[in-house]
Amino acid sequence: MARITPEIPSASLADIAFMLLIFFLVATTMDVDSGLSRTLPPMPEDEEQEDDSQIRERNIFTVRVDALDRLLVEGDLEDLRNLRDRAKEFIANPNDEPHLPDKEIEDIEYFGEIPVSRQVISLQNARGTSYGMYIKVQNELTAAYNELRDELAMDQFGRIFDRLDTDQQAAVRKVFPMRISEAEPRQVGGN
Amino acid sequence: MPGISTASLPDIVFMLLFFFMVSTTMREVTVNVLQRLPSATEVRKLERKSLVSYIYIGTPRSAFQSLYGTEPRIQLNDQFATTEDIFAFIASEREARDESEIPFMTTSLKVDNEARMGIVDDVKRALRRANALKINYSTYTVEDIFD
Repeated sequence: MARITPEIPSASLADIAFMLLIFFLVATTMDVDSGLSRTLPPMPEDEEQEDDSQIRERNIFTVRVDALDRLLVEGDLEDLRNLRDRAKEFIANPNDEPHLPDKEIEDIEYFGEIPVSRQVISLQNARGTSYGMYIKVQNELTAAYNELRDELAMDQFGRIFDRLDTDQQAAVRKVFPMRISEAEPRQVGGN
Repeated sequence: MPGISTASLPDIVFMLLFFFMVSTTMREVTVNVLQRLPSATEVRKLERKSLVSYIYIGTPRSAFQSLYGTEPRIQLNDQFATTEDIFAFIASEREARDESEIPFMTTSLKVDNEARMGIVDDVKRALRRANALKINYSTYTVEDIFD
């Protein structure tokens, strides 16, 4: 006859599990890390200043934020709410206006020969600009590119940009490449 | 009247435990600066968290204010630092990763809303010098930034 072993009491199992649970609640975080991704330009080899002067004036969209968080777009004071639409109009130049960027015919997969605007957005900030305002401006400029890419993807593929496969996304990116150039901060309106 | 059976209590608690174990990550540093991150709509999630290094910028917490003042400061790992330390920080972060993964490393800038761009620009210049060019401005996700 087999010996009857007494069962291990399981009354404290719940307490042990609670203890583990509380440990994990305290020692871990749940925040998903998200934000605006950017690639910085590499440091020039011989410490020379980057030069924007070879780019023609009509191809540059100047966005400045001064130390008092005022937004200047192409030299005029502008409300942040209008920045997105102005940036979109500049990037796409839908009516081929002479003061907006010129275009170059490029051969891109899925699109064939398509005019690509040679736009560059130049973003300048002062040392005294608040980070919150800078992020808002960056966000609006990113939104301008994202909306244009979504519209183009919708026209061409019938889906928004995020739903496209990698090759299609690369093609759309070639039509609207994100070019935000950040010059070294200047003294705009004091510190 | 019989009491409610507690036989399933451990199972319920274990379920909760597994949920938290799977969906959370370990806290690695204690943030010693106050952080109210800005909000943005056009955010992208950071992939591969093991390849992300963090730089925190903000006003030191009240316990540190007597030592470090109330102006925004840089925090790397658990310590307050200056822009000169960033080069060494990036180098040590690279050391800890596999060589083939170095090109995919990202630096996440967790900067307080109220900080000035001066300090952020200094950090960005130091990152360019260290050739850590992929950065991410950490933000909260909102539907509309004008609310």
